[in-house]
Amino acid sequence: MVAAPAIVFDGVSLAFAGRRLFQDLSFTIDRGSCTCLLGPSGCGKSTILKLVSGNTSLVYTGNICCEGKSPPNGSTAWMAQQDLLLPWLSVLDNVMLGAKLRGQVTTALREKGGDLLVQAGLGDAVHAFPDTLSGGMRQRVALLRTLMENRSVLLMDEPFSALDALTRIRLQNLAARFTSGATVLLVTHDPLEALRMGNRILVLAGEPVAIAADLSLRGAVPRDADDPEIATLYPELVNLLMTGATA
Amino acid sequence: MKLWRPAIIAAGLALCWQLVVFLTAAPPYILPGPVATASVLISHFSLLLHHLRTTFTEIILGLVIGTLFGVSAALAMILLPRLKSWMLPVLVISQAIPVFALAPVLVLWLGYGMASKVAMTVLIIFFPVSSSFYSGMQRINPDLLELARIMQGRRTAVLRYIVIPSALPSFAAGLRVAAAVAPIGAIVGEWVGSSSGLGFYMLYTNGRMQIDLMFAALTVLSAASLILYFTIDYFLDKLVFWETAKEMSHVVQS
Repeated sequence: MVAAPAIVFDGVSLAFAGRRLFQDLSFTIDRGSCTCLLGPSGCGKSTILKLVSGNTSLVYTGNICCEGKSPPNGSTAWMAQQDLLLPWLSVLDNVMLGAKLRGQVTTALREKGGDLLVQAGLGDAVHAFPDTLSGGMRQRVALLRTLMENRSVLLMDEPFSALDALTRIRLQNLAARFTSGATVLLVTHDPLEALRMGNRILVLAGEPVAIAADLSLRGAVPRDADDPEIATLYPELVNLLMTGATA
Repeated sequence: MKLWRPAIIAAGLALCWQLVVFLTAAPPYILPGPVATASVLISHFSLLLHHLRTTFTEIILGLVIGTLFGVSAALAMILLPRLKSWMLPVLVISQAIPVFALAPVLVLWLGYGMASKVAMTVLIIFFPVSSSFYSGMQRINPDLLELARIMQGRRTAVLRYIVIPSALPSFAAGLRVAAAVAPIGAIVGEWVGSSSGLGFYMLYTNGRMQIDLMFAALTVLSAASLILYFTIDYFLDKLVFWETAKEMSHVVQS
């Protein structure tokens, strides 16, 4: 038996600020794997994440379903390009932010947060404040905050794009390890990142945006830089993005 | 802040003061020098302290009550957006009336005692506190609210952990202004009608041509205002420790 898809977009149309962003957009996202949304800046990738998260300020037609709920509601956790850490809370309190906001903090949860921080190499920073951390460390804390939500769908909006190349690769590896088995929707404009992280890559292009390519990749993530799948698909993806951008 | 810096500044100001006295050859009943002022300050110290106690109590009460009112008004406008559209114009109109013009009325209504002075101070500091706190809460990063929405946070918890802390730096700026202007309210109130306080004593000594005593009162008032300002400044820096750290690191980097 095939499990029901985690996310369904069925004939979704949306206009924003006088632009037709989506016109009759349909796709499905399977459970338990990482799907990358790859496309140029401003094509509407982040808007797709917002719709899946159940943002009610966006008015659309069509049907969006996330984890069986339509309209989507409360099945997602979100990680943005900015780490959005609160400078007045300690690292541990930032990781526990969701539970704090819902009034669900327990000792067990605090221990879980501490364990996650140790696993992510932040054991020394548990009681530190975010301002004392480097950019890579901050984004690691943001990743853990997202994981602590314990939601079935993880929405990641270019979470590594503000980092330097080496830190980015390390964080991609950590994210792939920590999110393995979860349904991840990763928005990126970097074809290499999509190839390293994705079990599936949806290339978005045009206005209104359409799915220009839908690639399924075989190997386990994160793929190494010398992975043959990356070598074969990278030129193809770059070509697709270049032609999509001029179309 | 290093302690010797204010001491040098105070000494420098006293020197300038002495220089003006020396250059203009002003008689002591027009402009007494710092030495003459210091000597009457010491000889009348307990009397000055008595008046300072009145004025300082008025300032502190005004600051506390005004801050409570300002914070409540800002929170009310954030929590009840419909109230905001009615309240904001009223706030602006209240600022269009010069508070000094209200002083006689306040004394008429609230009497010659402390209440009218406290009310003056409250009126003066209410607006900087409420408007700074309100605009701080309004300028919150919308992504933080989006994060809280996706986390399905409770309204009160979002206010407590995200909205209010993010407005604290702006609130602190407003409270610093309030601490600097609060003495004006108390002093003006005392000028209009009172029987105690440094403002009253300054008018009294002025009328009796005891200008050196008037300057002594002025010196005591300035010193008290400065101590109040820097004490509040110190605790505000502790309150918004993350902003303070940022400012420091910028200084180190540049």
